[in-house]
Amino acid sequence: MENDKNNIIQELTQGDYKYGFVTDIETETSPIGLSEDTVRYISAKKNEPEFMLEFRLKAYRHWLTLTEPTWAHLHHPPIDYQNIIFYAAPKKQQTLNSLDEVDPELLKTFNKLGISLEEQKLFSGVAVDAVVDSISVKTTFKETLSEKGIIFCSYSEAVKEHPDLVKKYMGSVVPYTDNFFAALNSAVFSDGSFCYIPPGVRCPIELSTYFRINAANSGQFERTLIIADEGSYVSYMEGCTAPMRDENQLHAAIVEIIAHDNAEVKYSTVQNWYPGNKNGDGGIYNFVTKRGFCKGHNSKISWTQVETGSAITWKYPSLILKGDNSVGEFYSVAVTNNYQQADTGTKMIHLGKNTKSTVISKGISAGKSNNSYRGLIKVSKNAINSRNYTQCDSLLLGDKCGAHTFPYIETNNKSSIVEHEATTSKISEDQLFYCLQRGIDNESAISLIVNGYAKEVLNKLPMEFAVEAQKLLSISLEGSVG
Amino acid sequence: MLQIKHLRVSINQKEILKDFNLEVKAGEVHAIMGPNGTGKSTLASVIAGRDIFEVTEGEILYKGKNLLDLPPETRAREGIFLGFQYPVEIPGVSMANFMKTAVNEIRKYKGLEPIGGADFLKLMEEKKKLVEIQSKLNNRSVNEGFSGGEKKKNEIFQMAMLNPTLSILDETDSGLDIDALRIVANGVNKLRTKDNATVVITHYQRLLDYIVPDFVHVMYDGKIVKSGDKHLAIELEEKGYDWIKQELEANASI
Repeated sequence: MENDKNNIIQELTQGDYKYGFVTDIETETSPIGLSEDTVRYISAKKNEPEFMLEFRLKAYRHWLTLTEPTWAHLHHPPIDYQNIIFYAAPKKQQTLNSLDEVDPELLKTFNKLGISLEEQKLFSGVAVDAVVDSISVKTTFKETLSEKGIIFCSYSEAVKEHPDLVKKYMGSVVPYTDNFFAALNSAVFSDGSFCYIPPGVRCPIELSTYFRINAANSGQFERTLIIADEGSYVSYMEGCTAPMRDENQLHAAIVEIIAHDNAEVKYSTVQNWYPGNKNGDGGIYNFVTKRGFCKGHNSKISWTQVETGSAITWKYPSLILKGDNSVGEFYSVAVTNNYQQADTGTKMIHLGKNTKSTVISKGISAGKSNNSYRGLIKVSKNAINSRNYTQCDSLLLGDKCGAHTFPYIETNNKSSIVEHEATTSKISEDQLFYCLQRGIDNESAISLIVNGYAKEVLNKLPMEFAVEAQKLLSISLEGSVG
Repeated sequence: MLQIKHLRVSINQKEILKDFNLEVKAGEVHAIMGPNGTGKSTLASVIAGRDIFEVTEGEILYKGKNLLDLPPETRAREGIFLGFQYPVEIPGVSMANFMKTAVNEIRKYKGLEPIGGADFLKLMEEKKKLVEIQSKLNNRSVNEGFSGGEKKKNEIFQMAMLNPTLSILDETDSGLDIDALRIVANGVNKLRTKDNATVVITHYQRLLDYIVPDFVHVMYDGKIVKSGDKHLAIELEEKGYDWIKQELEANASI
């Protein structure tokens, strides 16, 4: 996998530039603000079929009836939705001439993460000889995947090439009526990823948005749809550990996953968007709705997330366990530093018999940040013999940060077992001194202790992600103690 | 190697060490004995660089350098090792990872390349044998779920891994049964060379049956009040610490 990735990057960065220059059309943006016209504009720009426009308009009209939720433990100035450009197609990055023009702090982080020079250029928007173009990447991967009948493409492409699948599944897990941000996304979403694994197929590679570079530019309103047909398996990775340069302040994404009988989906995320500066200025507001639907018997979906970025994170990757014997898992590490705020957790809705869910959440708060876990475990009357185990740990660095836990448990039958364990701890002076006395300096000691604490979750990440995620944790917490 | 001159140390305005003096040369083993609350553990912590204590007077020279100027991690890299009285648990951090990090930090300080994976594992195996530790240690979290005896063995194991110049063992014998005591002491003896030195802090003479000291010092009320050879420890065991107190009071009344 690692090799594949390197080869492709190498291939693309050393090859000739074949795909033409960015044209003016591509920087065209929608008028500022949100109205029915904006929605029609987006749909028309994307050349979408009628059913998409209808979906968007219904979502928009519903959105008008909603108000922003206020129940989360988050504080931010009101968002002015009429002062946002909802569509820039595809957003053109400001191009720098060399790495010398890049923020040295950013370069330091790149080096600590062990990101190659070519990739550094890519992430920081420096013009490389050959642009890693989404079309070429897709081509390379598509050949491998199409042999197995796997579809992995952009959402826009799926709308055109596979309208039946899109019609059938879009909004089936997260309807546009679900919540304020889901309605907003459904009305104005720009692009995202689409993935379909046919019956009985085990996807031979980890599917990663990393390879679909255009996904990084697909804007604030990304949408992902993953369908695992009967007996199939896929491991999907979203995001990357490099800090993403991003001019958009508001992000409201939707991810929908459907697993049919005996299918398994493993979804891993590393989110490292701009968290704002040390004084709490700037940073991304990240309002995401992610939900998986274990539709079939014996199906399984697991979420693994490492959240270190964004000024505000509002995110509850959830699972509906409908199929009998289906299994849901949620593994999360959420780090907040400085003035970051995170309200994150999961919902496990047990509907089928003998369904099982596991929730392991590790919150790490430093600086003046606030980190909340919010989780719902709901076991319906028919979900007999179901089980849930929740472990929810908080680690505090310093005495100016906050950790909060909001568990909600509803059980409606007597044969099910729901367990919830929670701990809050601090990195003790004794632990730090013990490390120092062995010759390990403060920063490395914190990194060791924090990574030890988050190990259970990091172990669930795909290998190449895990190593980078470990480094990322240390970097996110730099300067937080001592 | 180590010279402590007229050292005065306080915590929360309370003076713990009062004009403390000690000199340790390469190749020597010193034992520091004394009743509870006389400042033995404070001494160990101050040498290692714990910042909760305030040094109000005096100096500590180590290999000719002013030790009090150095942060704790530099002291460790310069070869000072503290065997903790209460070893700390670090959940989720494997012993292998912890030791590898420590070994490589020290190597980096000395301008050496990081140790290779295979060499490191070999080193772990070799040093584990020294303190008769079972093979599962590598993947266990640092001191987590260790018995009292295992924790103390683990301290000596780490000492063996880091190969220090000056080791200070703070109550390494407390909580050990007789077999563990023998194992720990044997470990320390095997690590003894003419170039390194050890300071053993203990309440009881029984550890000194196994680790034979060149010098024995008795501490009372923040300073050394009596020094001698190994026979002093035996005398102390027979007569108890009251003997020292009475002697001090007698001297004071003259």
